[in-house]
Amino acid sequence: MTATALADERRVRRIAFGNRLSHWDFKLSPYLYVSPFFILFAITGLFPIIYTAYVSVFDWHIIGGQGDFVGAGNFEWVLGQEKFWIALRNSFSIFLLSAIPQVILALIIAAVLAQNLRAKTFWRMGVLVPYVVAPVAVALIFSNMFGDQYGLINNLLGSVGLDPVGWHSQVVPSHLAIATMVNFRWTGYNALIFLAAMQAIPRDYYEAAMLDGASKVRQFFSITIPSLRPTLIFVIITSTIGGLQIFDEPRMYDTTGAGGSSAQWLTITMFIYNQGFGQTGGGQFGHAAAAAWLLFIIIIVVGLINLAATRAIASAGTRNGK
Amino acid sequence: MRLSRRTKAGAIAGAAVIALVATGCSTGAEGGEAGGKIELTVATFNDFGYTDELFAEYEKENPNVTVKQNKAATSDDARANYFTKLGAGSGLADVEAVEIDWFAELLQYSDKLTDLSSPDVEGRWLDWKEAAATDADGKLIAYGTDIGPEAICYRSDLFAAAGLPTDRTEVAALLEGDWENYFSVGEQFTAASDAAWFDGSGAMLQGILNQHEETLEATDGEVIATTNPVVKDAYEQVLDASPELSAHLKQWSDDWTAGFANGAFATMLCPSWILGNIEGAAPEVTGWDVANVFPGGGGNWGGSYLTVPAQGKNAEEAKKLAAWLTAPEQQLKSFVKTGNFPSQLDIQDSEELTSVTRPFFNEAPTGEIFAERAAAITVAPFKSVKYFPIMSSLQDAVNRVDVDKTQSADDSWKQFEADVASIG
Repeated sequence: MTATALADERRVRRIAFGNRLSHWDFKLSPYLYVSPFFILFAITGLFPIIYTAYVSVFDWHIIGGQGDFVGAGNFEWVLGQEKFWIALRNSFSIFLLSAIPQVILALIIAAVLAQNLRAKTFWRMGVLVPYVVAPVAVALIFSNMFGDQYGLINNLLGSVGLDPVGWHSQVVPSHLAIATMVNFRWTGYNALIFLAAMQAIPRDYYEAAMLDGASKVRQFFSITIPSLRPTLIFVIITSTIGGLQIFDEPRMYDTTGAGGSSAQWLTITMFIYNQGFGQTGGGQFGHAAAAAWLLFIIIIVVGLINLAATRAIASAGTRNGK
Repeated sequence: MRLSRRTKAGAIAGAAVIALVATGCSTGAEGGEAGGKIELTVATFNDFGYTDELFAEYEKENPNVTVKQNKAATSDDARANYFTKLGAGSGLADVEAVEIDWFAELLQYSDKLTDLSSPDVEGRWLDWKEAAATDADGKLIAYGTDIGPEAICYRSDLFAAAGLPTDRTEVAALLEGDWENYFSVGEQFTAASDAAWFDGSGAMLQGILNQHEETLEATDGEVIATTNPVVKDAYEQVLDASPELSAHLKQWSDDWTAGFANGAFATMLCPSWILGNIEGAAPEVTGWDVANVFPGGGGNWGGSYLTVPAQGKNAEEAKKLAAWLTAPEQQLKSFVKTGNFPSQLDIQDSEELTSVTRPFFNEAPTGEIFAERAAAITVAPFKSVKYFPIMSSLQDAVNRVDVDKTQSADDSWKQFEADVASIG
């Protein structure tokens, strides 16, 4: 073999290796760039979910640790608890009372903010202020306002001659009070998301509509809402997940944090906390883990239903608009 | 100097990394012993009255030790933290405070706690206080801090307006007797006043049950809450009194706190540690006083302990610190500051304690009064693992009738029976 042939072969090989590198670069790099998120998610999200499933089939005490394998025993126990079903009812009721008015209000606020207002940035930042306030502080102030005997709201009701409302004793009023806290905190945040999406809608649509003589209201329903479809889906899915996991507000709604004497505002996450860490649950991690998994499944199911429903509504809206 | 955005970000990121590395190193070096010094942490909740000056005093006597305190806001937070980390096997403070309500739960895992028995502390506490901190094998696992001897606090201004005596010895004579008598004086009071007689039925129930040895659980551990006539009788008695005498306030609720400022009720059961709460809830109200009397004799409500988890590296030093903190001298300082009445035998009738008075309560000699109330305690209620969950359900049952008014006493009792069945 001559020296030139050897050099040729080397060059060929080097090019091939370089090719392969750039091929890998092309194929792998995108995954490497996004991998930090997935690695973090695996550690902080996926692992706890799987480990919770493991805990849920054992008799597991907060101090004593892992006990006997009980199979579906914990799930049976949780499903047999009256309080679990009450908590499920409360979670859904608070979720509906907060999510629906919240999305509607946020849409209206966003539509107003999208107009040509003076001091635009001031108003836009203004709606975000409640979101910055710590949820616990919000809960403290609101639970005080909603006091049964000495609360601000009942005092106001009394001064116009109405009977006081049992904000901490009746089921529906307590849900309304908690939903108010949630709405206070999240409406502005959602409004800003809607606002951003609204500004991405091409102006031409509106100009064409105006030439056709469509009113502002008609424009809102026939152009704005259908164009917001992906954003609506996003907001509704996130508020479903957040709404079903609601914890801070109901827990801080009274000083004991146990959800009321007849579990009027006990939510599922509070039920889980009480079973695992609360004084009344006896540190039964197995029960808590089983309830957590049931909540996980419920959220996925409700999320899928929401996704389907929002798609149907939004696409129907587009068809009508056309 | 003008930096481009990229170099600026780079500089900040670099600084952050350096800071992270630096803190990483320093925490690594500290872990228990910094420069030959042992660092001890004490975890408490609410207010144990352990001040920085108190710790400084200890550090002066023991130059090789530095002490740090972590305070949890509520006993519930402290419990969640304690149990989680005791189970995990690391992360607890060297000395951890425990409340009597969840002490029994902890006692089951006494092998995870340091044995604190020592000849130095023998006979330091009231017998029943020490007995409750001794596990089945005779190991002393906790040092008692305070107890909660109960008296009656009353509003002398409301008493005067209703034509009742206001002097604390006369009030004590008026209320001397059983619960029946306390409630019938209440009827006399409410007939002449707009205010209620007591804050809420839940508190009354707690007061009555704390005077019986077996209430929710039998001493052999069996749950007897729904069959024990003591419990049912107390339940009926407080709910019979509720419509006329109660202010329908749930203890610790926002309404309850507001009730102090609004003069909603004229008397309340007064374990020594609650004095600070009364003062804090409505400092502008004048007229609170303490009477040296309690319906049905003496009673204890609450009280705490200090424990030393076995997982700590400096268990011996921690034990020394716990012994020092629960020594009579230190507990006396805590009493003066917070009203937490000492569980230590030696100072119960010492001059320093009995001379303590409280200006907010019309200069009442609280030291003397609570020393006598402590001496009147004859029964230590038996509290085991399920005491707390069942007591919570029972309080819920009372509150459904007294505060929420959503159920009749009979319906609420039926739900209580179901709740107890599910606690098992």
